[in-house]
Amino acid sequence: MSEVIVITSGKGGVGKTTTTANLGVGLAERGKKVVLIDTDTGLRNLDLLLGLENRIMYDLIDVTDGSVPYKKALVRHKKYDTLFLLPTSQVKDKMSVNEEQLIALCNELRKDFDYILIDCPAGIEQGFKTAIAAADRAIVVTMPEISAVRDADKIIGELGRADKEEIELIVNRIRPQMVRKGDMLDMNDIDEILSIKCIGQIPDDELVVTSTNRGEPVITNHNSVAGQAYRNIVGRISGEEIPFMKFSEDGFWVNLRRVFGW
Amino acid sequence: MLESIMKMFDKTNKSSKEVARDRLKVVLIHDRANISPEIMKLLKDDIIKVISNYMEINKQDMEITLANDETSVALVANIPVNRMKHNYGILR
Repeated sequence: MSEVIVITSGKGGVGKTTTTANLGVGLAERGKKVVLIDTDTGLRNLDLLLGLENRIMYDLIDVTDGSVPYKKALVRHKKYDTLFLLPTSQVKDKMSVNEEQLIALCNELRKDFDYILIDCPAGIEQGFKTAIAAADRAIVVTMPEISAVRDADKIIGELGRADKEEIELIVNRIRPQMVRKGDMLDMNDIDEILSIKCIGQIPDDELVVTSTNRGEPVITNHNSVAGQAYRNIVGRISGEEIPFMKFSEDGFWVNLRRVFGW
Repeated sequence: MLESIMKMFDKTNKSSKEVARDRLKVVLIHDRANISPEIMKLLKDDIIKVISNYMEINKQDMEITLANDETSVALVANIPVNRMKHNYGILR
């Protein structure tokens, strides 16, 4: 059975597109057939994060307005041959595609793919409403920062109003050292405030920046803690029970510190 | 180091994370209680409908608002009653 998952956040810059790229690669690594749809029309970026920016011929708008069949617009990933990108237009705007068109497209894609991940634009305007329309499941990305948490709460409310029942949370860019000092909200705090199911917490990791520079999602880097966190999320999305990384006084980080004598 | 020892003894001094959490909890109570004027109108009409089964009310002067204080939100209704209806129950 195929699943349509929208990755959304409200606030910009919290890591929606990075998360979409990493989850897509992670699911494809497991042999799933995955298509990633960029719906941030006018501000296209998912192609860059996947290293596919030079291979785009057609875009989402060409497909939804009927100019080309979707198979012509899909860009196959260089390394993972079950991973495809449907890029959006960099020149048109968010009104160029509507809810019905995206729902119809996703229904077509369901026949061929296990997972359809939709990268949502920031904000709560029409672009957001269009992006969530076709989704069975929503993943809200936030950061341990008051403005990002407040915006996540707003988005969760909007998803509820749109009758989305399966909503999950990813807390991105946690800084373990600040959490330990009591200077940063951790996953449990955010869990308590937003009261929705958390499926992942990702530590801030310089390797995310370097891998983004290269167009290779960090999930493939086995030396990266963020990569490990993303692999855990992919497992949870696939229905596995995987314990959460611990950033507080016991567990993984303390052991790591002991080993390296920090 | 000294800073963290100082913090341990100073119970009144909340960590910045606790401050963030407390501020968020309060602001979200208010955010979540914000309902659109359209919904408020529907709620008001429904309340009028129910109360009218039991009493005659002054619809012009009635007031229904959400009152916010520091940590909670209340639905406050001020509904002037003209007179009771004696056949209540039959209308239900």
